[in-house]
Amino acid sequence: MLGQVLLNGLLLGGLYACIAAGFSLVWGVLNVINLLHGTLVVLGGYLAWMAFHFLGLHPIVALPGVALLVGMFGACLQAGLLNRVVGSPVLVTLVITFGLDLLTRNALLLGFGADYRTIRLASTWGTAQLAGLNLPLDRALAASVALTMTAALYLLLRRSWLGRAIIAIRMDRDAAALMGVRVQRTFIAAFALSAALAGAAGAVLGLVFPISPLQSDSYLGIAFTVCVLGGLGSVVGAIAGGVALGLVDSLAGFAFGSENATIISCALLILLLALRPEGLFGRRGYA
Amino acid sequence: MTGRRTTAAAWVVAVAAALALFVSEDAYALRLGALLAMYIALASGWNIIGGMAGYPSFATAAFFGLGAYAGALVQLKGVPMPLAWLFGALVPGTLALVIGWVVLRLRGHYFAIASLAVAIVLRELATNWTGLTGGGMGLNLPVLQSSVIAQARLFYAAQAMLAAVGVGISSLVAYSRLGFALFCVRQNETAAGMLGLDARRVKAAAFALSAAIAGAAGAIHASSIFYIDPGDVFDVLLAVKPILMAMLGGAGTVGGPVVGAAVFFLLEQTVWATFLSVHSGVLGILVVALALFLPQGLLRWMYRGKVA
Repeated sequence: MLGQVLLNGLLLGGLYACIAAGFSLVWGVLNVINLLHGTLVVLGGYLAWMAFHFLGLHPIVALPGVALLVGMFGACLQAGLLNRVVGSPVLVTLVITFGLDLLTRNALLLGFGADYRTIRLASTWGTAQLAGLNLPLDRALAASVALTMTAALYLLLRRSWLGRAIIAIRMDRDAAALMGVRVQRTFIAAFALSAALAGAAGAVLGLVFPISPLQSDSYLGIAFTVCVLGGLGSVVGAIAGGVALGLVDSLAGFAFGSENATIISCALLILLLALRPEGLFGRRGYA
Repeated sequence: MTGRRTTAAAWVVAVAAALALFVSEDAYALRLGALLAMYIALASGWNIIGGMAGYPSFATAAFFGLGAYAGALVQLKGVPMPLAWLFGALVPGTLALVIGWVVLRLRGHYFAIASLAVAIVLRELATNWTGLTGGGMGLNLPVLQSSVIAQARLFYAAQAMLAAVGVGISSLVAYSRLGFALFCVRQNETAAGMLGLDARRVKAAAFALSAAIAGAAGAIHASSIFYIDPGDVFDVLLAVKPILMAMLGGAGTVGGPVVGAAVFFLLEQTVWATFLSVHSGVLGILVVALALFLPQGLLRWMYRGKVA
């Protein structure tokens, strides 16, 4: 039984990591808490639902297109609005992303209504038995795709020119600018990457969970908690934090009943913030 | 425009308008007035910790909801309303002292998130502790046996008095040692600490005052609508709107939250009445425009270059 709880936690953790990685990137590099992030995940979910409903595409097939669209939306927001307020006081950036969230969420509600939409595949894969544990294969697929995308972000940050530029800005914005990094453009790229990952996460989540605008708060909360757990701005931290939160959620639900899982994870969040604000696995400064 | 005289005239007009509304026979206007007064109290209360000390608190919803539940529960035990409201201020004020000891060590984004998490924990507790709070079913309060207009007037008077107390407290704070200490904390907490300022104590005091005002507002609100449920009184918008109002008027000033609450309330009511289905979208556009073009607030924009 405990093994099953841990396995469920691990599968959940892969999805959490993918939701949080982009959020962490924007927070770390732009120093902006993007309150819109949860809604971007939901937007990705709806795009995947539309691709499935109208074109008959499997969410994994539609994933690159969904990521591209949501990423372009993010790039427009960053280029048009957010680039003006990077470096403003905390409240200004919080308020502006809150306003954008209200706007996007209202548009989603008008377009799709508050009903839950589900992607019902013609053939479900069923579950596999693994050492006496039930492994739901669609969940396993979702979690592994989510983890693959998160790992791809890590490689991009480590290996590509753009990634080096993003990390350079995070270390020292002025020095990066002096070295020829175009700061404003890199901000746009970073936000677009984050949005694309959020959209892709939404498409993957559509495989497992129903889609509704009401979900965006809980996705945003997950992104927050994972960042605090894992430490800010590092992809490895997001993966570690995601898995940790997945396990905590799963175990707390098992031990105290699932209705109390939120209380446990929020209390844990406050405690961690108080004791180790740099995250369980993070270092102060850059990572 | 001489600043001081205009300011005095504006306060006189505001008080006169508040008194004029009190003798009104229009129950709807009185209800709207009560709501506006509540937001003035919430914005002024938030301003003490958020504006003066510069700590971006999202805990207003937590303290509002806690005050609503504390007031409602003792009122159901037979405590008279004014005492219940006082209790509704006391409980969140005390909690803020305790919680503040932990979360006020955080700064910036981290403090904002921790304060938001407080609201979520309290909401979930209220939802799951069914034996005490009625859980998601909500809680019914004793209904008053008086006419609609008399009730509307009573709760308008209560919220207006709370608003006056809130503005009074915030001006007392602003012109006292505490206020000076808070401004120091906002500008450079480390430097203030090196000069011998006990930052933790002044921040806790500001947080507790702000919580007590929000709690009283919640308790009065609960009495006036006779029914509360966790989703309503711990609504995150209750944390965000006072912030927007204070920023719109000018965070950190005494008059700012009052002006901001009035302007925002008027805008919101107009938007609500005109664009029902896209109401939150239009609100979102207003909010974005506010943060882009008026980050310092209306008052500082009007008096730009005239006051420090």
